[in-house]
Amino acid sequence: MTAQTPQIQLRTSPHMKRGVTVERIMLNVVLALLPIVLFSIWQYGLSALALIVTVTATCVVTERLFNRASRSASTLSDWSAVITGLLLALTLPPAFPLWMGVVAGVAAIGLGKVLFGGIGFNVFNPALVGRAFVQAAFPVAITTWVPAFSPTRFSEFVPTTFTVPLMMPPDISEWARQALDGFTGATPLARWKFENELTPVQDFLTGAVTASAGETSAILILLGGFYLAARKFLDWRIPVAVLGSAAVLAWAFHLHDPGHFPEPAFVLLSGGLMLGAVFMATDMATSPVTPLGVWLYGILIGVVTVSIRYFGGLTEGIMYAILFANALVPLIDQYTQPKVFGQRRSS
Amino acid sequence: MNLFSLTRRKTFARGVHPASHKSTAGTPIRRMPFAPRILLPLAQHIGKPAVPIVSVGQEVVRGQPIARADGFLSVPLHAPVDGVVEAIELRPSARGPWTETIVIRTFEASTQEVRWSEPRDMDALSAREILQAIQDTGMVGLGGAAFPSHAKLSVPEDKPIHTLVVNGCECEPYLTCDHRLMLERSADLMRGIGYAMRAVGARQAVIGIEDNKPDAIASLAAMVPEGGQIRVVAVKTKYPQGAEKMLVKAALGLKVPAGGLPADVGAVVNNVGTLAMLGSLLPQGQGMTERVVTVTGPGIKRPGDYWVPLGTPMRTVLDWAGAESVSEREIILGGPMMGQAVASLDVPVTKGVSGILVFDQRKIQEEEARKRYPCIKCGECVKACPMGLNPSMLGMLAGAREYDLMGTDYHLGDCFECGCCTYVCPSNIPLVQQFRVAKAILRERAQAIHEALAAEQAAAQAELAQVMEHLPIDDESHLTGQRFDFGHAEGEGRKLGGSRHKINPHPTDKP
Repeated sequence: MTAQTPQIQLRTSPHMKRGVTVERIMLNVVLALLPIVLFSIWQYGLSALALIVTVTATCVVTERLFNRASRSASTLSDWSAVITGLLLALTLPPAFPLWMGVVAGVAAIGLGKVLFGGIGFNVFNPALVGRAFVQAAFPVAITTWVPAFSPTRFSEFVPTTFTVPLMMPPDISEWARQALDGFTGATPLARWKFENELTPVQDFLTGAVTASAGETSAILILLGGFYLAARKFLDWRIPVAVLGSAAVLAWAFHLHDPGHFPEPAFVLLSGGLMLGAVFMATDMATSPVTPLGVWLYGILIGVVTVSIRYFGGLTEGIMYAILFANALVPLIDQYTQPKVFGQRRSS
Repeated sequence: MNLFSLTRRKTFARGVHPASHKSTAGTPIRRMPFAPRILLPLAQHIGKPAVPIVSVGQEVVRGQPIARADGFLSVPLHAPVDGVVEAIELRPSARGPWTETIVIRTFEASTQEVRWSEPRDMDALSAREILQAIQDTGMVGLGGAAFPSHAKLSVPEDKPIHTLVVNGCECEPYLTCDHRLMLERSADLMRGIGYAMRAVGARQAVIGIEDNKPDAIASLAAMVPEGGQIRVVAVKTKYPQGAEKMLVKAALGLKVPAGGLPADVGAVVNNVGTLAMLGSLLPQGQGMTERVVTVTGPGIKRPGDYWVPLGTPMRTVLDWAGAESVSEREIILGGPMMGQAVASLDVPVTKGVSGILVFDQRKIQEEEARKRYPCIKCGECVKACPMGLNPSMLGMLAGAREYDLMGTDYHLGDCFECGCCTYVCPSNIPLVQQFRVAKAILRERAQAIHEALAAEQAAAQAELAQVMEHLPIDDESHLTGQRFDFGHAEGEGRKLGGSRHKINPHPTDKP
């Protein structure tokens, strides 16, 4: 043996890998979310920008602090904390007080993700855990809406944005009426539910509606979904199942009583259904792995969402529908195991 | 046959699409010269090692039998060169442990001529005689499994075979040796198919070729004899199309039952390379002395398919093909998906080596830079597994060392280790590697339980005999349904995990 003896690597097969990594999937989800984020900022101005930056930064910092506390290597490079932050911010009202946004971010990462063991181990979608936490903690602030496209949105913040921590935000109904004529402060879903007043479909498409920061751009959400599905970073079955089952159920109700129940298009475009179906129900860690299970899970979310909207106390149901379905994922997986090649059913 | 089969490409469900890298497909097969030393391990096949019939110092000629088969599941060895037996000793093998090897020093004047043959009239042979002739050639499955060909073609009589499926898929990336053989030895292949059909009593043969080899499909389709007994079927290019069960499904539409063999649905699968070589060896009465090996990969300067004499050391092959002298490299025998990395350049090319791949430093560094994440439950592995398993769940169970559960509830035994799950995993989890370990552990446990049970059964029987001695001859207890309680046996049974029914010494006397 000479000094030139080559070092030979020993590994077991396969010796080839598909180049798709966790980092690449997550980074692409961030890219798909960016147009929605930009549209939201254009719609709601400085307050939305401040909220998105604050919540995302909170999520990232929280994850890093938990890494430190558990003396483990940084897990920020997988981009999943950024996704949680962006999604959480997009589900909040644009003028949500920043300190409450910080609470939401800490709850999302701390309670929703790190407590379970970090990426891959969480049972519930972390962004929705954060949102559910602040919905329970700050019921008024999370239903305080501001008008889209107010003329002063790039010159001033909404007064509630800089609420002093631990203090209640000021009442902004007067400010909102001045900012935009005829602003009522209710979302299309609330107006339908409590005033039986339907928002026209074209308003949803142009974003001229009152909603959470990222809920008004159905077209951009769908584009992001198509991009991710085309690159196979997202299971197209989930949004199809969620939106499909919601549409079918809404259509059935509409046929039954057209005067009371709206058309399917209104159900699909209003509220957070679109954002939830494309970006949150599809969270890999909290959705089933089996092809059949994925359909069941999606249909469950669609049906529960519409049921809550029509018969529940809340105006919007997508958040609890997804969290509820998340909880059932282990059960769904258990009962939808794939059929083994050549296996007979009787055995 | 339904309507869909006319329009849909023939294939199986799931699977993966790795980049093919088959750059050597267009170059004819070249010959590799004889190495100065030839190393022939006695165990190159699945089954019992061959038994040497030459002694140290004896001169041999190319084609001369130098080791005989030891029983049915074994094949003989033939000298690949003219030379002299230098030693019969332990040498490193590709699998790691040193194995008994015949070392031949090649005479410098050794020629390509095979000087040991007994031409025979194949038409006169019966099925049984063909099988014997196949065993005498020393032929094994050249696709990589190295299972003795005559054993594979010997099917139980209660399982009639209607179709011989000829595997020309070559679904592993990089490999092109079967592709070249189909183009260059198509007449031999047709002859070989005919012999194999007679050996198993098949009415028809179907040659399954992936549709990324249109030239092979066209040239074989032009060669098939009149009468329609042999058909060429283009199957979809997808890994692992060349796995037996997948190919039988794609080519014939038949599903081999879980835990079964293709013979259960009336088919036998053979590799094109195996049959092409049989087609030329059998009529000439020669033994297997060489095979085609694809030598390729980023670390090889002159990639190509080569006729390599069996026993040629890896070092000689790599020198000839121009392996780059980088300080780090990875050498793989077989294809990149299921092939095996070798630790030493002193191991020889054996009958089962279909390819030699050399990866360079860059690829190794890329591999090492990848981080490992926990399972994010993306479900890609479930969508890839050709056997319909749930590798995600199996991987988590392996992490928790729940090996028994993997075997009983998640069908680990159906995994044939194709590696699709590891290939697609974005979290870089070594799934199939974990499954190999789990299968080995389960095999060990099954063996231990089997032995314990056998010992227990013997003890219980002895005890039963002892008790019977003390019983009155016309014992009424059998008629009244009263049972003896062998508390001892029951307790032992519980310890072995509820296998009591198997060791119950008198299971029939229930009312």
